[in-house]
Amino acid sequence: MSTAAAVVLFVGVTAYAVFGGADFGAGFWDLTAGGTRPGARPREVIDHSIGPVWEANHVWLIFTFVVLWTCFPEAYASITLTLFVPLTIAAVGIVFRGASFAFRKAVFRTRDRRNFGAAFAISSVIVPYCMGAVAGGIASGRVPAGGKAGDAWDSWVNPTSILGGVLAVCVVAYLAAVYLVWDAHRLGDEPMVEYFRRRAVGAGLASGIVAFAGIFVLAADADYVFDGLKSRALPLVILSAVCGVGTLWLLHRRQRRGARLGAIAAVASVVVAWGVAQWDYMLPESLTVEDAAAPSGTIGAVLVATGLAVVLILPAFGLLYTLDQRDALAESES
Amino acid sequence: MHILAVDPVPWARAQMAGTLAFHIVLVPLGVSWAAMTLIANYKAIRHDDEAALLLAQRWSRYMAVTFAVGAVTGTVLSFEFGLLWPRFMGQWGEAFGVPFAFEGLFFFTEAVFVSIYIFGWKRLRPWPHFWTGVPIVIAGIGGSASVVAANAWMNSPSGFTRNSAGDIVDVDPWRVIFNDAMPLMAAHMIIAAYVVGGFLIGSVYAVGMLRGRRDRYHRLGFLIPFTVASIAIPIQMGVGDSLARWVYNNQPIKFAAIELVPETSSDVPETLFGHLNDDGTVSGGIEIPGLASWLSDPTDGTATVVQGLDTVPADERPTTREVNVVHLAWDVMVGLGTLLFLLALWYAAAWLFRRDMPRSRPFLWVASAAGVLAVIAMEAGWVVSEVGRQPWIVYELTKVQDAATANTGVWITTLVIAALYVGLGVTTILVLRGMSRRAREAADVKDTEVPYGPDIEIPQPPVPVP
Repeated sequence: MSTAAAVVLFVGVTAYAVFGGADFGAGFWDLTAGGTRPGARPREVIDHSIGPVWEANHVWLIFTFVVLWTCFPEAYASITLTLFVPLTIAAVGIVFRGASFAFRKAVFRTRDRRNFGAAFAISSVIVPYCMGAVAGGIASGRVPAGGKAGDAWDSWVNPTSILGGVLAVCVVAYLAAVYLVWDAHRLGDEPMVEYFRRRAVGAGLASGIVAFAGIFVLAADADYVFDGLKSRALPLVILSAVCGVGTLWLLHRRQRRGARLGAIAAVASVVVAWGVAQWDYMLPESLTVEDAAAPSGTIGAVLVATGLAVVLILPAFGLLYTLDQRDALAESES
Repeated sequence: MHILAVDPVPWARAQMAGTLAFHIVLVPLGVSWAAMTLIANYKAIRHDDEAALLLAQRWSRYMAVTFAVGAVTGTVLSFEFGLLWPRFMGQWGEAFGVPFAFEGLFFFTEAVFVSIYIFGWKRLRPWPHFWTGVPIVIAGIGGSASVVAANAWMNSPSGFTRNSAGDIVDVDPWRVIFNDAMPLMAAHMIIAAYVVGGFLIGSVYAVGMLRGRRDRYHRLGFLIPFTVASIAIPIQMGVGDSLARWVYNNQPIKFAAIELVPETSSDVPETLFGHLNDDGTVSGGIEIPGLASWLSDPTDGTATVVQGLDTVPADERPTTREVNVVHLAWDVMVGLGTLLFLLALWYAAAWLFRRDMPRSRPFLWVASAAGVLAVIAMEAGWVVSEVGRQPWIVYELTKVQDAATANTGVWITTLVIAALYVGLGVTTILVLRGMSRRAREAADVKDTEVPYGPDIEIPQPPVPVP
């Protein structure tokens, strides 16, 4: 049963990486879009792309936290005590991002817009970095068991955390660029399709290089996870590499729909590979999933809630998708 | 670093209190606004009412903004459970956490259907579209019931078994969620959502009417929420009375703080205002003889014995200052609640005798203040519940000081978060006002810049597309 809870937990982490990650990545492209005039059009496409889902993807983060504190309370206590600093920065960054994205639309003076836009963009980069650093701290075994605090600084300023942070920023930028290619295409804006296509290829290459360099970092700094990646998680690592290279090729060939799915698969399999590599530890080499797990009554309740969510919400998402694709009634009748 | 090392407990409490106080204002809007939008939507379809349709369409968009802000502040709260109260979550997470799994389910549902409802305006036929709004209402009620269940569990912990080391070894999720305090507390909060949401939205249109906007659109914008709130407020007083009696029976020390009762006695007076001194005497205030006893149990009347604060050791009851905060908050909640009830009576009497709402400016003045007053009453009620539970985080099992983080840097995050939330509050109001102003100027509804809304037309690129 604890295994099922761990799977549910990782579904949440993966979903946040894929959906929430793209929102953060869009902020990265906003940050790097350049001055007010040359950056205007990319920023419009980004605004348009984020607008409809403004901050809704944090649902996945909340879901992850709820599963973690309910099913693995000891691990949650250890993680939040040890990684207080990066988690706090991430929380502050999320508020900053949400508020400044809205504020940018509410104000009309160019200077104000630029300031709020900068706040939005910078926090969009800092939050995924912190999340990646948190993952690195956990993966490299720097979070102790027993609801105790580990080292407040070394736990997130260390080789694996830096790798995790940089990789997270690269990966969300890559995801966002691939999505933005699709959005620009839907807007019928070919110059922007080309603009984001180039950036998707660049970010994809950067992610690949960081991931490759990461092999050496993990070998030196995170034995357990490194061994896991070489053995039980190896198929996922290969899958991710194949999807990543394949996506680059598809982008090159301008196959947008396939590229989008390929990018999602590449990122999702990296996140899942991390989970599989550190199995069966919740906190590598100090707390196993089984030892960390809550009593079966609790896990049963969480699994019931998750099952209900699948049954109720998937059809609703289907309806939403259909509505999105359907032309407005008013237009079709007139 | 040692100069910066400050006792984290008061700061953690302040930060949690501040972020919750902010979030709780968004809650009523998330819970009740959808219902009021559906009432307008229903009127629009049934009576082919253009003004009601416009109102429903605009409300659904404003609702999406408050929902998005609530998503951000809710995310912060889920961080804070761990960042501020890691020892509480480590020890009690497996029981306390259970209701949140269901809250997550309701939150997902609400998010998806808010989106579907907004998308649906131009893509679904009127009645099917109306029905896609109903899950929002149900999810709002379910979600707040779940969160309140967790809070009620802190007041009446149940549904778990502990071993000799104090670790939880078995959990009965049903008993965790439906703990003793849950039914009344959840009812009190959900009805509060309708009272606060109704008066708050109504007050915006009352201001509009005072400024001379007395068209049908503003009239409906006032009538629908104000009627909802006026129906909810008497029910709320009844539920609140039952809840107070539950507290009398189950949390006698919290009750003693509410009623300002230092020593156990019968014939306890209801003290309006006044304060408790450190030596256990009560000074100031207006005493109504025997009323607190009588209200606690009307069958025994003034002979009802009320347990005093001194029946438990000082470290197991709220401090003198906390008692005074609880008592004042109680007076504020009951006082404002009664005032709003009288306002609802005024409104009802006008309908009864003149078949119309009161048109006088004094009524509109009071009505435009009603929203803020209702928010204050709700915040005060929440203070009664939370401060009255002190020093316990889990009633009679774990103290707040033993649950907090040991991290000495909390004061920094508290100050940063406080500054950010001021910005977030201002943002929210500015965005809503901007949308309202643009809607008035444009005079027709467009899918402009709405979170969770459909794709919008944005200016075409300079280079023409072949």
